[in-house]
Amino acid sequence: MADDAIVVEDLRVTRGGREVLPGLSMTVPRGQVVGLLGPSGGGKSTLMRSVVGVQVVAGGTVTVLGEPAGSPALRSRVGYLTQAASVYADLSVKDNVRYFARVLGRDDAAADRAIESVDLTDHADARVENLSGGQLSRAGLACTLVGDPEVLVLDEPTVGLDPVLRRDLWEIFRGLAAEGRTLLVSSHVMDEAVRCDRLVLLRAGRVLSDSPLPELLSRTGTEDADSAFLALVDEDASHDGGAA
Amino acid sequence: MNPRITLATAARILRQLRGDHRTVALMLVVPCVLLGLLAWVYSDSPVVFDQIGPALLGVFPLVVMFIVTSIATLRERTTGTLERLLTTPLGKGDLILGYALAFGVMAVVQAVVASAFAVWVCGLDVAGPLWLLVVIAVVDAVLGTALGLLASGFARTEFQAVQFMPAFILPQFLLCGLLMPRDRMPGVLEAVSDVLPLSYAVDAMKDVSAQADPLGDVLPSLGVMVLWVAVALLLGSLTLPRRTP
Repeated sequence: MADDAIVVEDLRVTRGGREVLPGLSMTVPRGQVVGLLGPSGGGKSTLMRSVVGVQVVAGGTVTVLGEPAGSPALRSRVGYLTQAASVYADLSVKDNVRYFARVLGRDDAAADRAIESVDLTDHADARVENLSGGQLSRAGLACTLVGDPEVLVLDEPTVGLDPVLRRDLWEIFRGLAAEGRTLLVSSHVMDEAVRCDRLVLLRAGRVLSDSPLPELLSRTGTEDADSAFLALVDEDASHDGGAA
Repeated sequence: MNPRITLATAARILRQLRGDHRTVALMLVVPCVLLGLLAWVYSDSPVVFDQIGPALLGVFPLVVMFIVTSIATLRERTTGTLERLLTTPLGKGDLILGYALAFGVMAVVQAVVASAFAVWVCGLDVAGPLWLLVVIAVVDAVLGTALGLLASGFARTEFQAVQFMPAFILPQFLLCGLLMPRDRMPGVLEAVSDVLPLSYAVDAMKDVSAQADPLGDVLPSLGVMVLWVAVALLLGSLTLPRRTP
């Protein structure tokens, strides 16, 4: 258990009268990049919100670094990036990152390092509203990185970005994991699966698969994550056949 | 709560305002234009202006800060910055006090400019000390900020947030004694106006303009306003739960 950064047990979440997570269990090992993949509406964001402690949960437990999710001790150890970049559009990149640095108890030098790590030093004085989509995502990421978190929960950080930017971001993520940090990264782009140490396939609030990619491919007899996912969906549907 | 985070938040909000020159200009110029217009309307009866002018000085900070705060905090909710902040060590009190501090600073500037314009340009006759006008305006502005924070908790869109201004503020404006002295209103309305905070802001402003030594009458009014600020901030903090459905 001590090797797991995130432990989710029988998590149940209801939103708007609908059961989004009907009893989900999974673990994220320390120091790994775990990809949370699946179609939108499958409960990825809800699971991530539960991990950072901003989601009202109906039951089950979420434990992060040995503490209940959302407990005050975790707030400077867990970094969260929402699907929107969640930065102040009317401030410069530098002012945004410096503000979150102060909130997280870091100094301006840490802010400058975070900006450099996402390669935005040249745009540090630009107002966020004038940035391109890729720069905006990276500005949001810098505000998360500046707290030097041990666990990063990133909700679709690469959505809508071109292949080059996506590759660059994944290089950043791999670098963070190499430093011993744990990353839970969601995506609905299956080809990002190859970048992850472990894949969790989520559909309709249930874990269809939780394994490294090669294991998943050999088990489903497929060539890529996309086909593996479809094979699992079909398999799942045939199991449900009697009940449905 | 943590003073470092509170101050950083206030500084961040002021930095956002500083980047928005038009909003700052509107906050400072509109009260002056309205006061000037009113002075012009009553140019043949300056006594009336001396009665209504100070009351308006009590209305502006509340209205302006209410609108600015309710939109700004709604933006925090809709752009995701609030959700991000609530996963950090920032306490709800840090955010609320940060807003109150930042807009309190803006209120000082607004009150100084509007009061100076009213007295030296429009010829408003103020018997009491001018600094007291500014103090009342600041408490009044913080009150507007507190009510705006509370109202934004009930708004899902910016359209709704803007509509809360007439809903929260206009009834107070009608009952604050500006249109009709409060003691000459129907009993029920007078009782209601005795509870509403804007009535006390307007009373305090009137006291300063009419009396050479108004502190004895102004302090109880300020006390009621501070109480309202506390209640609104407390209720406002309840609209900022860390966990949402």
